[in-house]
Amino acid sequence: MSNQTIQERVLKVVATSKRIPLETVQPESTFEALNIDSLDRLNILFDLESEFEIEINDEQAKQVHNIHEMIEGVTLLVQAKNASLPVE
Amino acid sequence: MHRVVVTGTGVVSPLGSNTAGFWKALLAGTSAIREIIGVDASQIRFKNGAEIRHYVPEEYFDPKDIPFMDRFAQFAVLAAREAICDAGIEWTSDLRESTAVITGSCLGGRAAEESGYWELFHNGRTRVQPLTIPLSMSNAGASHICMQFGIEGPAYTVSTACASASHAIGQAFWMVRSGAAPMAIAGGSEAPFFLGGLKAWEAMRVISKDTCRPFSSERSGMILGEGAGMLVLETLEAALARGARPIAEIVGFGMSADASHITQPLAAGPMRAMRSALRDAGLAPEQIGYINAHGTATEANDRIETAAIRCTFGSHADKLAVSSTKSMHGHALGAAGALEAVASVLSLRDGMLPPTANFLSADPACNLDVIPNQARATAVEACLSNSFAFGGLNAVLAFKAFP
Repeated sequence: MSNQTIQERVLKVVATSKRIPLETVQPESTFEALNIDSLDRLNILFDLESEFEIEINDEQAKQVHNIHEMIEGVTLLVQAKNASLPVE
Repeated sequence: MHRVVVTGTGVVSPLGSNTAGFWKALLAGTSAIREIIGVDASQIRFKNGAEIRHYVPEEYFDPKDIPFMDRFAQFAVLAAREAICDAGIEWTSDLRESTAVITGSCLGGRAAEESGYWELFHNGRTRVQPLTIPLSMSNAGASHICMQFGIEGPAYTVSTACASASHAIGQAFWMVRSGAAPMAIAGGSEAPFFLGGLKAWEAMRVISKDTCRPFSSERSGMILGEGAGMLVLETLEAALARGARPIAEIVGFGMSADASHITQPLAAGPMRAMRSALRDAGLAPEQIGYINAHGTATEANDRIETAAIRCTFGSHADKLAVSSTKSMHGHALGAAGALEAVASVLSLRDGMLPPTANFLSADPACNLDVIPNQARATAVEACLSNSFAFGGLNAVLAFKAFP
């Protein structure tokens, strides 16, 4: 798991949720090109929250229009989560 | 074919526990949207709802009856009780045997189902509370109305999400119009404030963190509401013969399916439902002076509904007044169409149009006269009440002022 990048994990979540081959999901893919509609977006957001144990609020979600922005957004949330974790 | 009139209304809502309180609050532009208190809101990402606060069943029901009725069924009975009293119905055995009861509900008693299953899933219990089924079934509202008033005619429940009550009222109207039943009690009830349900709405990401601002460019989603509305429908001849005073005439009902997407609306479906209601009513578009909109305040609904109204009415769309009373009573799902039908018939009776509350600034995509924030004194000849459900199922009712 740890040797997988955030990007790889996001692409996998999208492919699994949308039930499409992993190789069809690229960072530069638009939602339109992948035929991702509003309900697919809800499912993907839900699956991303589970995969990364983050919370994506509605306003942040509305700003995302392609896979690249999705990876960026998830990266920021994961970084914020790790920064707030107690130091062991 | 009979002419059909509304002779009684009943309301249970966060704006008031009867029709008079509800109507007064609507005309004052009062919004019942507050912080949710009935459910632990710390577990939910939105905070506001239009709840019926401080509801005490013992004030309205015999204590021995309460365990057999979920909150949604209690609301249905209370609204029916007021509507029947308002209409001044004098029951005979013939009338009891032939009166129809048609209710709408999206969720039914799913709160009872949640608490029944909670024990099984979380508390290590091996059994579920034995009343879980009769409490949660969606027809419980209709059944309890029949039992409370001894009504023995055709009775059933329609569940078409947010259009449930409008489909129920439309079906009841057609039954009375055709002579299949001389009278009908019709409407809807809903009680959606329970944790699992709220979490499911949260995941849909359509609930506003703010308030309900239909047609406003600042709109950010819907706000859930609860309650019940019931109407007494009867033939004009019967109403006049017994000296009842009709509130308004119900003249048309139109339905359609988008057949497109399970959650994304399409303008063509609502447009066809409005056209079909006008055709059923024998009304020209120019006769409609007011539309009580579905107006959920989601980005998509209000834009699509505006487009559908423009397609249906053409240039007359600029002469119509349109408002969403959901800005005040919230979106009561399967009860919404009934609360809005009550608002519609009272608008015709009083020559007063309720406003769209919480309105801030105009959205070019919703460029209709939406009666912002202030009720308006305008007597209109006829109006529509729109209800569009998730799943793309649309129901539109048409009412006409009764002189």
